[in-house]
Order: sequence, then C-alpha cells, then structure tokens
Amino acid sequence: MAHLSDSLLFVAVIVYACAMLAFAADAASRRANRVLSMPSSPSVLVGAGGPAVTASFDAPMAERRPGFAGTAALGLTSLGWLTHLTSVVTRGIAAGRVPWGNMYEFSSAAAFVAVTGFLVLVARGKVDRSLGAFVMLPVVLYLGLAGTVLYTKAGPLVPALNSYWIKIHVAAAVTATGAFLLSGVIALLYLLRARFDARTDVGQSVRFPISLGRSLPAARSLDRAAYVVIAFAFPVWTFAIIAGAIWAEAAWGRYWGWDPKETWSFITWVLYAGYLHARATAGWKGRKAAWVAVAAAVALIIDYYVVNIFVVGLHSYA
Amino acid sequence: MTTTPELESAAVRLSTAPEPVGPLRSRQLRAPVRRLWRQLTSMRTALLLLFLLALGAVPGGFLPQRSLNPVRVTAYLAKHRTLGPLLDRLSLFDVFAAPWFAAVYLLLFVSLVGCLFPRIRLHARALRKPPPKAPGNLSRLPASARWATSLEPDAALQRIKLGSWRTRRRDNALSAEKGYLRETGNLLFHVSLVVLLIGIAVGQFFGFKGTVLVKEGDGFSNAIASFDDIHPGRRFRESSLVPLHLSLDDFRATYGLDGKARTFDARVHYAPTPDAPEAPYDIRVNHPLHVRGAKVYLIGHGYTVHVIVREKDGHIAKDASEGIPCLPQDPRFLSLCTIKVADTHGPQLGFEGVFTPTTAQDPVTHRVTSLHPAAQNPALTIVGYSGDLGVDAGIPASVYSLDKTRLTPLDGGKPTLLTPGATWKLPGGGSITFVRTTEWATFQLTQDPGKGIALAAAIGIVAGLCLSLFVRRRRLWVRATPGADGLTVVEVGGLARTDPDAFAAEFDELVAKLQLAVPPSQE
Repeated sequence: MAHLSDSLLFVAVIVYACAMLAFAADAASRRANRVLSMPSSPSVLVGAGGPAVTASFDAPMAERRPGFAGTAALGLTSLGWLTHLTSVVTRGIAAGRVPWGNMYEFSSAAAFVAVTGFLVLVARGKVDRSLGAFVMLPVVLYLGLAGTVLYTKAGPLVPALNSYWIKIHVAAAVTATGAFLLSGVIALLYLLRARFDARTDVGQSVRFPISLGRSLPAARSLDRAAYVVIAFAFPVWTFAIIAGAIWAEAAWGRYWGWDPKETWSFITWVLYAGYLHARATAGWKGRKAAWVAVAAAVALIIDYYVVNIFVVGLHSYA
Repeated sequence: MTTTPELESAAVRLSTAPEPVGPLRSRQLRAPVRRLWRQLTSMRTALLLLFLLALGAVPGGFLPQRSLNPVRVTAYLAKHRTLGPLLDRLSLFDVFAAPWFAAVYLLLFVSLVGCLFPRIRLHARALRKPPPKAPGNLSRLPASARWATSLEPDAALQRIKLGSWRTRRRDNALSAEKGYLRETGNLLFHVSLVVLLIGIAVGQFFGFKGTVLVKEGDGFSNAIASFDDIHPGRRFRESSLVPLHLSLDDFRATYGLDGKARTFDARVHYAPTPDAPEAPYDIRVNHPLHVRGAKVYLIGHGYTVHVIVREKDGHIAKDASEGIPCLPQDPRFLSLCTIKVADTHGPQLGFEGVFTPTTAQDPVTHRVTSLHPAAQNPALTIVGYSGDLGVDAGIPASVYSLDKTRLTPLDGGKPTLLTPGATWKLPGGGSITFVRTTEWATFQLTQDPGKGIALAAAIGIVAGLCLSLFVRRRRLWVRATPGADGLTVVEVGGLARTDPDAFAAEFDELVAKLQLAVPPSQE
C-alpha cells in the first residue's frame, strides 16, 4: 500500500507537469486569439424575457470558452488532483494513521491543498485559468523536492505526536500552509503583472521575465485572488495555532513557550494580519500589500522547513 | 469603481475604520498630546508596530533562548566571543522578556485599545440607527437596476419584503442594510486579543511551574521544598499550591527496534493529602493528571540502579531499597551514576560510572556503549573511591557528582563492569553488588490561573475572525417614482465595501426577487 501511494504521487507529478505544458500551450493560443477579438461590452441584460431591464457592475472577467489546450489543461489538473488525493489516502491507510505525520507527508498534503485551492478559484471564476502554468510549475517542483529530499517511509509516530490533536492541529496547519503557499505564488505573479503593466503603460519595452506578465490574468484579479485565499487561510491558521497551543498545554505543560516553531508561526500570523490591514490602508494597497504577503509566505516556509531541519526545538521530529 | 462624493456619502460608516489623519486644525495644534494620540491610534502606526513585532520576534526564532535552553546559549556565547556579548547586551537571547519587545507589543496594544473604543461606540450607534437615506442617483452605485411597473409607487414599495435586511422607509425610497455582524466580529476579534494578553499576564503573575524526579516506589508531596526546580510567578504564594500527594508505582517505556520511543506510561496513585484515600492514574505524554487547578505532566524518565555495599566487617553501608537515579546522556540511555556511601564504619566510599541498558563493550578499548534504550542487557561500569566524600561539612553538594579532593581511587581507578547480581570484591575488603534496576520519571506540575481566560479569548479570536472575514456588509436602496407614461419607475441600487463580485451575484438574485413582488409592466 505504501508503495502504491509512492507510485501514485509519482504519476500525479507527471500529470501535473503535463497539465503545466497544456496551460502554457493554452496561454500561447489565447494570446494569438486576443489580437483578433475585441473585448465584450461591460453592460449585461438582467431579467430575460421581460422588458428592457439594465444592470451594470464592474464587469467580471470576460471568460471565453476554453479551446482544446485549455480543456486538456484543466482535465489533466483534475486527473492529477484525483491521483494525488488517492496517493494521500493510501499513504494514510499504509501507515494506519493520518497522512501528515512527517515532513514528506505534510508537504504532499499541503501541495494537494494548493492545487485544490487553484481549482476552486478557477471553478468559481475568481481567477482566469491562464494562471495555470504559473501555479503548476511550483507545485511540480515542490512535490518533486518532497518526494526525493524529504521522503520518509510510512511508519508509526513518536509518542509526543500520538494524540487526536494531530488530526486537528496538523490538518488545520496543512490546509492553511497549502493555501498560504498558493497565495504567495499568486502575490508574486501579481507583482510581476503589476510591473509589466507599469512598464507597458509608459510604453517601455519589457524583457523576460517581466514579459511573462502578458500571459497573466489582470492585476486586479490576481490581487483579489490572493486576498480571497488569504482571507480563507488566515482563520484556519489562527485555529491551527490555537489548537497547537491546546495540544502543547496537554503535552508539554504550557500553551505557549516561544519554541522556535511557535515563534515562527507567530511571525507568520503577525505578517498575514499585517497583510489584511495593509490591504485596507491607504498607501499600502496593491504592491506593498503583495510584498507583505510574499514576506509572510517566506516566514511560513521558514516556520516549516528551516525550523524543522536546522533549528533545535520541541518540534524537532519527523 | 468610480468614486463620487455622492457615493462616498452613501458609504458613510459602512465601515467604521478610522479616517486617515487629515490636516490638523488649530485647536489640535495646541494639543500635541491629542495629535500624538491620533498618530498612535492610526492604522498606519498600527501596521508599522505589527511589522516591528514580527521583525522583533525573528532573533527569537533563530538564536537560542535562555528561557528554553540556557545550555545552548552558554555554548553560543563560548563559540562567538565578540558577537555573542553584543547580542546578549541587546537581550537577543531573552527576546520575549526584553524591554524593547515589551515596548513594541504594549504600544501596539495601546494603539489597538485607543482605536477600539471609538469603533465600539460608532458600531453601537450604527446598530441602533436605521440604514442611511438613499443617494440621489441610484444608477451611479456600483450595482444598479431599473424597470417600470404598473403598480403605484406606494403600493410597489409596500410589496417589497427584504427578510433579514434591516429596512427603513423614507418617503418614496426604502433603505436596507445587512451584515452588521462583520463589524461585530471585527470588534470581537480585537477585544479578544486584549483579553488574551490579560490571560497571559494572569498566568505569568499568579502561575507556578515546578519539576521533580520521582523513583518507582517513591512519592512526593506538593510543597515548594519537594521540587528540584521551580518557576513561580511574581505574585505566586505557596499557599496557592494545590494540595497533592503522588506516588509512582510503575514506569514503563516501550521502543521500536530502531530505538525510537513508542509509548511512555507512568502509573501513579494520588491523593489530596498523604492520609486521604488514593486514586490510581496513568500519566502519559499528552495525558496529564488534573487535580483541581494543577496539572501534572510526564516530562522525562531514566534508570535507577540498586546496589548493596558491604564493608570489610560485614556492615551493610548501603542496601538495595534505596535506588540511585542515573542521568541519561544520549538517546540510547547511556546514563551517568554517582553512588555515595557516607554511612560507613570505615572510610567513606564513592562510586562513579555509567549505566548502559543494552550494553556493548569494545573488545579493544573496553569502552562501553548502549545500543538500545530498553534494559535488555543492563550493566553498571564503575570506578570506586574511598576516603572522605565531603558531605558532612555542611556545604551543599550535588548528589550527581563526587568531590574527589579527599578520595583515593580503588584498584588504580580501573573501571569494573557489573551485570545484575554480580559482585565486585573491593580491594582492601568489602564489596559492592549490583542488584537490579528500576526506573524513575520526572514530573512537571503547573498551575496557570490565566489559562481559562486565554482559552475564552482564543475562541473569541477565531469566532470574531470568521465573522469579520466572511460576513459582507452591504446596503440596498429601492426608490419608486411616478414615470412620464403613467407607469412607476423602480430603481434599485446596491453597495458593498468588500467582495464586489459576490455582491454582484447576490444583487442579481435580489433584483429577480424584487421583480416577483413588483412585476415589470408588460408593455
């Protein structure tokens, strides 16, 4: 069963990589089409069949029907997602416990959450699928690293982890981590797109990598998508920290002790709180807020990877 | 979204966010304190303080901290002779107790409280006030719709029922508002943060933490003097210690083949006093013992060796009933043991050495190591001394080390390996017999009276956060006016400060619902 889970993850990574290529092909074909078609009118009719009733809002993105490459890309991502899900589930069955007991499993589960988040964003029309290639690339790299460098055989847990809190605390941490990593990627892409816009607005020529901004969704939509993901993940992260504090109280006799892991999760929390406030503060909206989101994602990576591998503390297992 | 003055007035107090600090009026210039206060409670200052708080915590996440691991701080200072003392002077090894860190979070909380009071007042007022008047031109709102109906204006407005919206009719227009819980949640979140700080402070001032080593068969009573190590809060009094007597019946650890621990299990009996009836309990990791306000945790374990020491004249100077706890030195439980035999007829005896639970001895160097933490092949390897232990001088000495100044090594200081049951005939008469091993456990007793407050605050934080992020505050206006052709023109306008896309969808549904009540004319 453990072997099956490993093979499935390998397959999922391959499928994600194919999806990434399909997204790239889709973006290229759409760029070719964009030259030919004109943008649609922002006014839409409301109340079909009735008399002329007009309504107007800030027009949501004009979503064109995906072509072959677009359909294939979304299909492959969904297939990869299913394979990934099966890999996570079989790993849990193989180990006879929750499938997030060590760094390898945590990373795989977090990547799964990130892909889920991306698919939900696209399905809800929060963001254009042209984001696909840029999201799948880090997912493939991340899963590749998790499957090689961090790989651990399925096995039982050390006593400190043997508690029903691992279901609650780590599940919340995995969910928030996956979503935060996704928001970090989107925030970086927003910064890229914003720089692209700033350059092209004044007629400057753009070179790689800024020229990639051409294939990205509009800056406003990226900014909103990053916010939506963070607004979802922040309460989950807060809950993960609180559940961790309750667990720490049961396991170590105090609910907070500035253990390096606790310290970094606090820093991450404060930075995301900063992002949410920055987005509502004049002079901080837009690029500055996006940089805060990127800094917060870096703190999150330090919190999980650097602290686990290089810093001595109570969370030094797995 | 185009912002017009009209739209601004429609959105008035849709959010109770503080307004940016505007140009100062002369009266304020004469009041620099007031000006400073406004600066401190502005969102921009709060934001900067937040980032400072995150930045300030960074050294606490990378450098060793005294509160967690003083040994590693000492090692760091020994390794970095120039940088170390400099960092130390900046309290970077005690970040979370440092005055500058306290200054940042206290300023942040002052800023928060200063911001919170006016917002609570505003929100309380908004909760009592009806939704604001409709702006003049509804079509300029971000979401709007209009249609003609054959109903009279008054009849049309009367037929509009907006369920959970708070509505107010003014002349020919209806104002409605929904989502007040967003701001309620926002305020709850921030108030809970303040309550959390209070809970932490209560724990810091009135709490207690102590650790004690208990051998199997022994017990301890909850009194300051029984602990090996204590951390009382600044305002903690011994009378607040929860009365408790606890005895360790049995400690068991199980390991995998790889030597990694699987379970730890301390079977104890406990009672409020030594005479009260005792109740059994299993203290495990993640499973502490609760006794009223106190919790007892299992935090460590090790081996106890039992030896019999006989003197030349047959006098038993140490019997097997009193075990000697050995301190583990590595994950495989190679442990240091110090045996002091003070109650002798002849010269006092001392033994020092290592206990190894699964013993392996190098055939060449005779060095002993432990291969596994479980006691599968235990052995005690010791060097003996005779002379004066220096324990009668009245100078406090650690039970875990020998003062060798007035001791002479036996057998030239050659270590002797003893397996259980084996006896070492000491040169010059007498003997030491390694009888058996048992185990010991260390317990930590904590009392934190602020814990309940902190937990309540944590619940408030999550609840408030969810409300403030997922509830959307929005306003809707409906106006019915007589049109030119005898029909009534119905205009609807809507406004939401957050998530305009979601509101656009909701607005569509609302318009569809309104058109069921007030049908568009068929002409």
